[in-house]
This record gives sequence, structure tokens and C-alpha cells, in this order.
Amino acid sequence: MARSVIPFGPQHPVLPEPIHLSIVVEDEKVVEALPTLGYVHRGLEMLATKRDYNQMIQIVERVCGICSMLHSMCYCQGIEEMMGVEVPRRARMLRVVWSELHRLHSHLLWLGLFADSFGFEALFMQLWKIREKVMDLNEATTGNRVIVSVNVVGGVRADLDESQVRWIRDTLADVEAAIKSLRSTIMNDSTVCRRTRGVGVLSRQAAYDLGAAGPTLRGSGVAQDMRQLKYAGFDEIAFEPVVETDGDCWARSTVRFRECLQSIDLVRQGLDRLDGGELAAKVKGKPEGEVITRVEQPRGECLYYLKGNGDKFLDRVRIRTPTFANIPPLAAMLPGLDFANVPVVVLSIDPCISCTER
Amino acid sequence: MAIEATPIAPARLVAEVTRLAAEGWRLVTFSSVEIDAENMEVLYHFDKDLVLKNLRVQVKKGGTLPSVSGVIFAAFLIENEIRDQFGVTFEGLVLDYQGKLLNDCVQTPATSPFCRYQVTRKEEVR
Amino acid sequence: MKMLPTILANLFGPPATRNYPFAVREPFATARGELVNDIGRCIFCGACARKCPSQCLGVEKEGTEGVWSLEFFACIGCGVCVDACPVNCLSQKPTHRPVAVERGVIALRGKLPEKPAKKTEKPAAPEQ
Repeated sequence: MARSVIPFGPQHPVLPEPIHLSIVVEDEKVVEALPTLGYVHRGLEMLATKRDYNQMIQIVERVCGICSMLHSMCYCQGIEEMMGVEVPRRARMLRVVWSELHRLHSHLLWLGLFADSFGFEALFMQLWKIREKVMDLNEATTGNRVIVSVNVVGGVRADLDESQVRWIRDTLADVEAAIKSLRSTIMNDSTVCRRTRGVGVLSRQAAYDLGAAGPTLRGSGVAQDMRQLKYAGFDEIAFEPVVETDGDCWARSTVRFRECLQSIDLVRQGLDRLDGGELAAKVKGKPEGEVITRVEQPRGECLYYLKGNGDKFLDRVRIRTPTFANIPPLAAMLPGLDFANVPVVVLSIDPCISCTER
Repeated sequence: MAIEATPIAPARLVAEVTRLAAEGWRLVTFSSVEIDAENMEVLYHFDKDLVLKNLRVQVKKGGTLPSVSGVIFAAFLIENEIRDQFGVTFEGLVLDYQGKLLNDCVQTPATSPFCRYQVTRKEEVR
Repeated sequence: MKMLPTILANLFGPPATRNYPFAVREPFATARGELVNDIGRCIFCGACARKCPSQCLGVEKEGTEGVWSLEFFACIGCGVCVDACPVNCLSQKPTHRPVAVERGVIALRGKLPEKPAKKTEKPAAPEQ
């Protein structure tokens, strides 16, 4: 009955980014898990003192590659609120379109990695094949596949014309049909269920008290989604958070799957509401004061605290990313599991460690 | 523009956080920001049903604050990170990395490595 | 067994990948790739260098010539310089720069635009 400490990470086939967990096991059952961070710390918050507030947009979107447009949208929203800039309606709807496309590609990426974590490579490849169509949409409409760099203070800097809008609708119809054809595999296949149902259970009260965010919180039954704050174009778009009540890995996976289909619907609603307006509002002056903004990234709630003092360099850019909030719930989910289930549970919170340790 | 934040003294911090947690407020994060050459400020952000509530605490650079990780376990990670980046120590931390959260070979110095230094220079253009 | 229709479609259908070096996809028209500067039209104002987030551009004036330099390994291809240029001499090709084995700086020289001559003489007096 001796205890041993097994290092999980920083290099592990299941982890997209390095994190280290020291897992204390007693005969294959996990007793405790201690996280250690610091493998991809780049000091991006400190760069705010060396780059002015417009150049920071490009830096902030490189905090994370998968949720990059949502980081820059949160930052621009904060600066716009500090300087009293009103964003035109067309720009707000375009921001909804691109941010929901980002959520779609992020969840497809995660579903693929999740299938890979328990060895289901065929499903992994199928999901990433569908994701390629979404990446082509990103590249053709904004210029880049991953870091789309399309936000500026006051609006957006790329536009969609009629033929592109038609092409997006056709591609989304293909993507939706392909995702639905995989639904019974992802949700009901016997191997998937044996590896995910009842594994890594987080109760509703524990999820709320430990500060979980995003699908980790919604998979345990709490209906909270920052898109209910009605930022960007969400004030005109009908939206309800997707909730599951089981609290295990299967519930989190189902929340993300249903959010993929919901994102396709939100993109269509955003495209319906595009009007012929300006792309960006004119910005005068320098940022001054403090502001807090929040958006819903694919992994959860992201909070930005910005402080300016009238200079073009901001005093402080503080970023609280959702994976940072999901690490204490992870440390609470792991005790009691079989050691072989640890990779599946670590992946089920959608760890984006480059966000955690900007 | 400024945000609404209730100023609070460090001695009353733990009691206030316990009261908020009992009422159902969820801790989102804390942010530390440099005010001037000697003072820093830590803002605590709480959320309930999409409404944000903030507390503001003043502390000297290199000073200490009481830890709230006994009340809200999730705070231990944020407090360790602020210790590594800003040099503010927290007494009574539940899980203390002793300054080695971000760099586990060398203990980060107990000064404020992060804060902006007062150097006036022209923006360098290559 | 739930994936059987997908598996059969993949087995009897065309491959999902293209044979890359021999079959290359046409780049999208607005893709952001290599940065090029039409140096004949550049007025060496320095706006691109000031706005660049990675500070990889340099603009200097030497006598009657101007030098525009790009540290191409540091360039992130964001296109902020293209948007900031007042005479639109900067543009991005839709394909990426081919791989290089050494860091370097691309320096382009061009003539500085002539300043319009100041009018110093008074206008001619009207004839009596």
C-alpha cells in the first residue's frame, strides 16, 4: 500500500500544451494531484508597458492560438468602453460571425483530441477533416487560418461580400451535416461511453465554489455563459446556454458537441443581420481610467482588467483566462480515479496552458 | 472612467470574503496593479448571476496580505502567481509554492520584478 | 459500428488529402503572406515602422536616399503596416515567403521624394 508520485507531463501525447501534474497514487488509484505551471510563460502582460495600446491587439491575440479572436475582441471592447467609442452594427455582427466560427473550430479540435485521448483515432481524423473546412473559411475571409487578426479598436478591419456570405452558408450546411452524422458515435458509442461516463465527476456545488468556467461549469448543471451579457452583436441574437447535469466527462463532451451546432446557428443569425454600415468607428484620444470586460471564450469566461492613464502605453493589462480558473476543479476531480483515466479527465477541462501562463 | 470598487483594509479582508462566499458570490480572480513607486493595489473580483462586485486593497510593494485560500480554495493559484510576479506575499496560503510556481529551479526574488520601471526613452525605431 | 456509413464512404471515395508537392492549392485572394514594398512609390514617412507590433521595420533617411528595412524573421504578417501606409506602396502577397536558413534584413533603397520648393519671392507687383 505504498504511495508513489508519478509525474504527468509536461510532455504527454494527450496534452496540446505543457503542464506538469505530480500525481500521488496508491496502487493505481489517484490520491492527490499537484499542478505546476511555468513551461510556456512568455510575460505577455509585461509587454503592455512596451507596446502602445494599438500594437497590444496583435500581442493579446497571441496569448492563445485557438481562442485568439476572442482575446482581441475582449481587449478591444475594454478599450472602446474606456474611450467611449461606439462600434457600428455591421462590425458587431461581423465580430459575432468570426467569434462563433472560432468557437466551432475550437470545439471540433477538442472533440478530436478527446477521441484521440482514449485511442479512437478514426473519429479524431474525421473531426479534424470537418474542421479543415472551417479553417478554409477563416483564411479566405480574414487572411489567416489561426490567428485571424481582424479586430481594431472601433470595429473590424476585414469585410464579407455577398459571394463570401453565400459560400459561408454553403460550407456551414456541409459542416452541420457532417457533424450530425457523427453524433451517434460521439454520444452513444459503447467504447466512448465506457471511458467517459461516470469518470471525473464534479458536483454542481463543487463546480461553482471552485470557480470553474465554461463547459466545465455548464456540464455540471450551472447555466452561466458570458454571452448572456449581450456584448458585440448578442444583444439582437437569441441565445440560451447549453447545460448538462451529469458533471462527468461525457457531460462536458456533450456540452461542447451541442455548442458546435449552436455556433453554426449563431453564425447564420449573425449573417442574416449584416447591414450596410461602417466597418470601424473613428477613435480619438488616449485611454484613461479602469475597465473590466468579460467574454465567453470556447473554454469559458475570460476577464480583462485594463487600466490607462492618458498615455498611449496602458498601465496594466490583466488577463484571467478560463483554464486558469479550471485548474483547481481539475485538482479536485482527480482523487479517487484509476490512473489510466487521468489523461481523459485532464483533457476534458480543455486545457489551454498557453492561455493560463501568458 | 472608473469601476465601482469598495476599498477595504487588509485586516478585514478575510471576514469580507467569507461573508461574500456565504452569500453565493463566486471569486473570479484578483488583479494587482502598481500605483506609484511604493504602493500597489490588489483588486478582488466577485461574480454572481453575471453581476460583478470588486474590492480594492492597498498594499506596499513587497508587503503581505492575508490569504483567502482557506475560504476559497481556488485562490491559491492566483496568490502564488502574484507572489511570483509582484513580490506580494500572502500569509496563511493553503498550498504554498514558495515563489517557485513559474520557475521551479530558482526562487524568484522577493521584489517586484514585474512593475514598470521609470525610464523615459524614445520609442526605438530600427 | 455507428461509424460504419462514414467508414464505407471513406473507403470507396476519393482521398481527403491532396498530393502536396505535386498538387498545390491556389491561395485565397486575401490571404496574408509575404510583405512587399514598391520602393519607387515609398515616401519614407515611417508610419509603418511606428505601427508595427513586432518592431521589425526600419525607415531611415541618408542624404537624398531613403532606406526601408524589414527583419523578415520577426515579421508576423499581421498587415497593420499595409493598412497604415498613406501611399499604399506596401502590400502582401497571398503566398508565404519561401523558407530561409539564415536570419537577415531586407533593405531597399529609394530616392526620397522632393519637397515642393517654398515660394520666397513676393508675387509680382501689378503693372501700373
